[in-house]
Amino acid sequence: MPKIRVMPTLLFKDVGLVKGVAFDSWRRVGSAMQAVKVYNMREVDELVYLDITATGDGRPPDFETVDDLADECFMPLTVGGGVRTVEDVRRLLKVGADKVAINTAAVERPALIREIADRFGSQCVVVSIDARRRADGTYESYTHSGRVPVGKDPAAVAKDAEAMGAGEVLLTSIDRDGTMRGYDVELTRLVADAVSIPVIASGGAGTYQHMVEVLREGRASAVAAASIYHFTEQTPLAAKRFLRERGFPVRL
Amino acid sequence: MKRVAVVDYGMGNLDSVARALEECGGRPVVTDRAEDIGSATHIVLPGVGAFGDGIRNVRQRGLDQILREQAVIGGIPFLGICLGMQMLATRGHEGGVTEGLGWIDGEVRRLEPAGEDSRIPHIGWNEVVLARPSALLAGVEPGRDFYFVHSYHLVCHDKEDVLAMTPYCGGFVSAIARGNIFGVQFHPEKSQRLGFQVLRNFLAL
Repeated sequence: MPKIRVMPTLLFKDVGLVKGVAFDSWRRVGSAMQAVKVYNMREVDELVYLDITATGDGRPPDFETVDDLADECFMPLTVGGGVRTVEDVRRLLKVGADKVAINTAAVERPALIREIADRFGSQCVVVSIDARRRADGTYESYTHSGRVPVGKDPAAVAKDAEAMGAGEVLLTSIDRDGTMRGYDVELTRLVADAVSIPVIASGGAGTYQHMVEVLREGRASAVAAASIYHFTEQTPLAAKRFLRERGFPVRL
Repeated sequence: MKRVAVVDYGMGNLDSVARALEECGGRPVVTDRAEDIGSATHIVLPGVGAFGDGIRNVRQRGLDQILREQAVIGGIPFLGICLGMQMLATRGHEGGVTEGLGWIDGEVRRLEPAGEDSRIPHIGWNEVVLARPSALLAGVEPGRDFYFVHSYHLVCHDKEDVLAMTPYCGGFVSAIARGNIFGVQFHPEKSQRLGFQVLRNFLAL
């Protein structure tokens, strides 16, 4: 078995890193370069870097910034935000991204997933799905950083993405994002059961026990988190020690 | 100073590989020019992508010839990473059958899930279990983890070529060696300290 991955998420907005609650109320949490250097030194399993305003601003990814960050990042790096074309992906991979996350463009034009997978392989296409619970207990998927509903449940979006050649799903609960109240285990399980590609759970981690829950009950392959590392004393390394004590395979 | 040609065939994480080699004390040149490859002390063939596209790009740029001259005939240390290793095989079965470079007797096939929890692509950190000692993996303690991201794997016809295996989907070949020609399925450039150990070993050849 590959090890359970514990991945810090870095959200970039305007000039630096931010963290919000439910995709809103952003707080500044420092510089991206500093964070990359620290996480590199600490040998985290993988990093996720998302430029959360690129799509809204109608801009392509900031290739120069990614180039600078990737130069200090000797661990796997997933980059998302504003990716709309195969050429965007080619340039991101060239400057040092290992995987590319697509959200809005994947929903608007699912064939893009196929085009990227055919050219660069499925393993570098991460389809990022942001979901919110509806009043009736079902789920809705969103694009444009949680602002535009898709009209499809996340399991269906994930299944379609897998059929198009996506290699991985980054699944974020908008409701839980930044709350540190725990992952949406039910949402994660729905999606993980619908596909055979790995699912990265995101949104809501506040304790290491939350990670245990979403890995065990939600069948996630990896746990992404941000607030827990920005705003508490908890670390990816301590998370992995906790997971190992509970029987999960981790890399230490 | 070790002058490393990082072969550019239009695909792959060339910058990451070059940066890691630099950190490990090499002097990398990302290049598709025969004269750079011809004057290098070491050659690295990186790769992220599909087998067919990779081989086509390598041939279109006429790189197969110069790589063969330098590595197979000239005996210069050569390291293929991920797709760069897979392309050394006789043929690949990704999106139709494509002839490979044919330096290693074997085929590249899709990983087949063994058990409910073998998700594919195989993404993440997994163990590399040595099949025999080698200069490339010297100093790598048994059972240490390297970073993988792939859906296909190299099936070696000659077991002598196998350097290491990884326990996933029934076990697959994660490192190979034939003389001066090495290949790894994992990404040393993304495997932090341990990956750098492998790159330093390679540069010391």
